[in-house]
Amino acid sequence: MTPMTQLAASPASLAYVTKARARTTGRVRRVTTALALAVVLAFLLSLSLGDFLVPIWHVPSDVVGSGDAAEVLVVQHLRLPRAILALPVGAALGMSGAVFQALARNPLASPDILGITAGGSLSAVVGLTVLGLSGLFLSFAATGGALVTAVLIYVLAYRQGLSSYRLVLVGIGVGAIALALIQFFWTRAHTYDAASAALWLSGSLNGRGMESIWPILVMLAVAVPATLVLAKRLGVLELGDDTAAAVGLAVQRSRALLLLAAVALAGAAIGAAGPVAFVAFVSGPIARRLTRTGSAALVQAALTGAALVSVADLVGRTALSSSEVSVGVITGIAGAPYLLWLLARTNKSGRGN
Amino acid sequence: MTAIVTTTAPTPQRHQLLGATTRPLGLLLITGLLVVVLLASLTLGSRYIPLQTTVDAFLHHDHTNAEQTVVLTLRVPRTLIGLMAGVALGLAGAVMQGVSRNPLADPGVLGINAGAALAVLIGVFFFGATTLSGYVWFAFAGAGVAVVTVYAIASIGRDGATAIKLALAGTAITAMLGSLTTLVQLMDVRTMDAFRAWSVGSLAGRGADVADAVWPFIVIGSVLALTTSRMLNALALGDDVARALGVRVERSRLICGAAVMILAGAATAAVGPVAFVGLTVPHVARALVGPDYRWILPYSAVLAPLLFLGADILGRLVVAPAELQVGVVTAILGAPVFIAIVRRKQVRSL
Repeated sequence: MTPMTQLAASPASLAYVTKARARTTGRVRRVTTALALAVVLAFLLSLSLGDFLVPIWHVPSDVVGSGDAAEVLVVQHLRLPRAILALPVGAALGMSGAVFQALARNPLASPDILGITAGGSLSAVVGLTVLGLSGLFLSFAATGGALVTAVLIYVLAYRQGLSSYRLVLVGIGVGAIALALIQFFWTRAHTYDAASAALWLSGSLNGRGMESIWPILVMLAVAVPATLVLAKRLGVLELGDDTAAAVGLAVQRSRALLLLAAVALAGAAIGAAGPVAFVAFVSGPIARRLTRTGSAALVQAALTGAALVSVADLVGRTALSSSEVSVGVITGIAGAPYLLWLLARTNKSGRGN
Repeated sequence: MTAIVTTTAPTPQRHQLLGATTRPLGLLLITGLLVVVLLASLTLGSRYIPLQTTVDAFLHHDHTNAEQTVVLTLRVPRTLIGLMAGVALGLAGAVMQGVSRNPLADPGVLGINAGAALAVLIGVFFFGATTLSGYVWFAFAGAGVAVVTVYAIASIGRDGATAIKLALAGTAITAMLGSLTTLVQLMDVRTMDAFRAWSVGSLAGRGADVADAVWPFIVIGSVLALTTSRMLNALALGDDVARALGVRVERSRLICGAAVMILAGAATAAVGPVAFVGLTVPHVARALVGPDYRWILPYSAVLAPLLFLGADILGRLVVAPAELQVGVVTAILGAPVFIAIVRRKQVRSL
């Protein structure tokens, strides 16, 4: 970097750069604050709304257990675990997706497309319908499945280095096998098991208690800091392999480490809630567009994901009075307009070809 | 950002396996293989039935002979449906990859599978459809509506339905329909139970009624698809070059789209969503004969049923007397081939 700074010596241009940077930093800070507030608001709303309405200003005292007894029961025992779980699930998916998209330099590259979600789902469906797993073991099975799938994709795609293109294609291939096997086990299962597998596969927070929260928190406690430490390398990788190598980055190793971190994030989320559609896919681009820095905006993507999953779960829980709708169904239905908007935008800017 | 979907499929390949003189010979050879597989499909299964019985069942049918009845009511329709669905999937995949210039296009991409799946589920849930011949019409309608919707959305705006817009619209619609499918499934366990039997691509239990319902579509669609080779060759050069050559790009796309809808819709209706045949077979054909669609299309039309019926036979044998669904087997067989192609080819970085 130093030679570049020396080249840009004119005081006027330096002042311009400093001003532009200050403007960007200011916006990033504002966007981050706004997203964090949105997450807090969504969290409070999901504790407050439902069949039994708890006034939002009662929520804090109910959470600590000092409010009205009935409200405390509803808030603490029925809504709190689920509202909490939505946050790490969304954050992990958002951050994971942002890393994947930055690595592949392609907004279509999310854990869903790469087959990692399918691998996690496969091991969960096998665990559920064949081994009769549930709860914590199911979470671990799903996370483990996602990790094993990722390693498999990596090994199969590795050939004198790792091209993003090959990675995506191999991911699609591996994902197809996993999906076929999911279908196989799903058709073989008894009706009851098949129904719980279908619920799990839809990406759902239904009926989660406090005990399902700590595994994902433990995994994120390792994966999130690791990802943030690696984020600097991600920024360099985004310039292209040749540039990154020229700046002195160990390209292949950095990519492998980043992939591992991103897979761990996605795996943790899949283990906790199943494959919640579209969150990993949309969070990164939304965060990028809001911050306008041109970088992956990992923290903002995580906040976006957390807000999305909280709101979607709230909608799924309250929209139909008769039954609960899985959060993944809501995000799937809501994600389509986003893609169509992306389409219209591409069209308008003349990049339709 | 658009790299996945805009990578041109028919980039001239320097390493094609067959030259100008060996291509017709190769086609003859794989057609011969297909005939062998067809015969094997009639004889092999959880119960071995000699070919002579099949011949007898047609020439001098004996009502008291149980084996002859099995052949006529189960094996022959099943083999015919497998043949037709295979041809349809192979051609649909090849045309779709050509028209969208997207090497990853298959009936799944344009929302055909998702549309058909949702329609079948609606048929089961709201209209109480229970038989396979009942599913067929729902699936066909769903596939058609999905394709028309995707095409209409992709056509909005200045340039009409370009490759990337088709792919993105297809992805969006697929995601939305998939979520709605999940929603209906979760509402009623009984519906889900009826649906999941269809939702894995399978030839088991498909009888003459299904064959009767789909054959006209497959014949018309195949003829239409085989006429598109020149258009696809022109479109492969890019819209502008194609236009300069005097090709009416929009009209060509519409014809290709119609062929894909008819073929993939009929195949999906008959055997359920089968994801991998349409994706893989054109790649194999391309590796064999190069970028010329006048050869890719016929090769795909023969290779696909070869893979499809072969997979079905395998599925009948490996876990006999139970069966592996053909959709599962094609994915397990097809995906490694696909991965091998991806690894071998000199693909450019994103």
